[in-house]
Amino acid sequence: MKRFHHLQNVATLAYDRDKCVGCGLCIAVCPHRVFVLKKDKAEIQDREACMECGACALNCPTEAVAVTPGVGCASYIIQTWLPKGTTPQCC
Amino acid sequence: MDGFITTPSGRVPRVKAHPTLWDRLGDCRARLGLDRNNYTVNPGLYAVGDPSPDAPVVVTANYKLTFDTVRFALRGRNAWILVTDTRGINVWCAGGKGSFSAEAVALQVRKAGLDRVVSHRRLILPQLSANGVRLRDVRKATGFEAVLGPIRAEDLSRFLDQGPDDAMREVTFTFMERLAVVPVELVLGWKMVLAVLAAAAVLSLIGTELALGAVFQRWILAATATLFGLLSGAIAFPLLLPRLPTRLFSLAGAGLAAIPALALPLLFPSPAWPALVGVGLWTMTVSAWTALNFTGSTPYTSPSGVEKEMRAAIPTLAGSTVLSVICFIWGNLQ
Repeated sequence: MKRFHHLQNVATLAYDRDKCVGCGLCIAVCPHRVFVLKKDKAEIQDREACMECGACALNCPTEAVAVTPGVGCASYIIQTWLPKGTTPQCC
Repeated sequence: MDGFITTPSGRVPRVKAHPTLWDRLGDCRARLGLDRNNYTVNPGLYAVGDPSPDAPVVVTANYKLTFDTVRFALRGRNAWILVTDTRGINVWCAGGKGSFSAEAVALQVRKAGLDRVVSHRRLILPQLSANGVRLRDVRKATGFEAVLGPIRAEDLSRFLDQGPDDAMREVTFTFMERLAVVPVELVLGWKMVLAVLAAAAVLSLIGTELALGAVFQRWILAATATLFGLLSGAIAFPLLLPRLPTRLFSLAGAGLAAIPALALPLLFPSPAWPALVGVGLWTMTVSAWTALNFTGSTPYTSPSGVEKEMRAAIPTLAGSTVLSVICFIWGNLQ
């Protein structure tokens, strides 16, 4: 996926190295290989590849990873802009 | 359906691991976007081959296209497939929207009485369900360990034989994968095109000459421009995606459409130049909008990125739409 990148410096991914216990789950769940394990700790090796799916944050046992997850598609985002009550649907 | 397997928890339906003509037809219909919102299988436990109590359990979504991909990938093997109720949505989107969750998996484990069907305590989940399934919660709720399987069903066989490797952990977006989403982009785009064609028919009534032939000439120009925009945004854009010089979907879509926009004066030499500028701009607008919507079909755009682009692109596109209409009418009144 190195050939595909969208806008830079927008991902809400935050990582607290001190909380990391090195379980490696974030590395396993990430579909874009954002994390890598170095010296028994996770490290962000490719932040720009993050698409904010939220798998790492959901599965991290110590909340060392945080991200505002969501679905990155235009029609879905338009529906979230519209008044509440209209249930967003896509995919 | 291919009979039943009797287990201590009751009879489990066995499914074929090769597609029938009916499966292929349904697959085509779903990929064309014809009835993909209602293309489901019943949640629950299924058998592929002749699985024993120690055969692996593969968990998936109840979108039939997804379920079929999984069962065909297991051809020649003996395995259990546990289908969760994702309301007919694929694994990744269902995970993102919360319907493919640890609770949803646990519910099907309990309903199927899986602890009496199999002797082991291991579920293989699709990697892309991890945005909805907290793996440790599955264990807490069911006693089954949730193991992260591959992203693609086609890698299931390799996963079952050799375990995970890096290649099966990363999403791809190959030419063939992009080609596979073109039909649905066209069908979804078509609804917008019909609305535009109706609006164009009304706008075409405005002109110096009101004879039916003249109105039709104006309408066919607007219709061709719209069609060019759709083809550019829904076919050329996805296929050329990795070669485009900008990361902005809308800008790349607009840029690509400059080529068919410039072809319009060659196909329609008679209209006044403002009308040709208007329809050319409209071709680029349609293409940009269609390309922007393609963010929903890619596996790499983030909501933050898409929203940022949309905040800049949508006012621009609204402006270019108004400008197109003004130019079109102005040209037709000359």
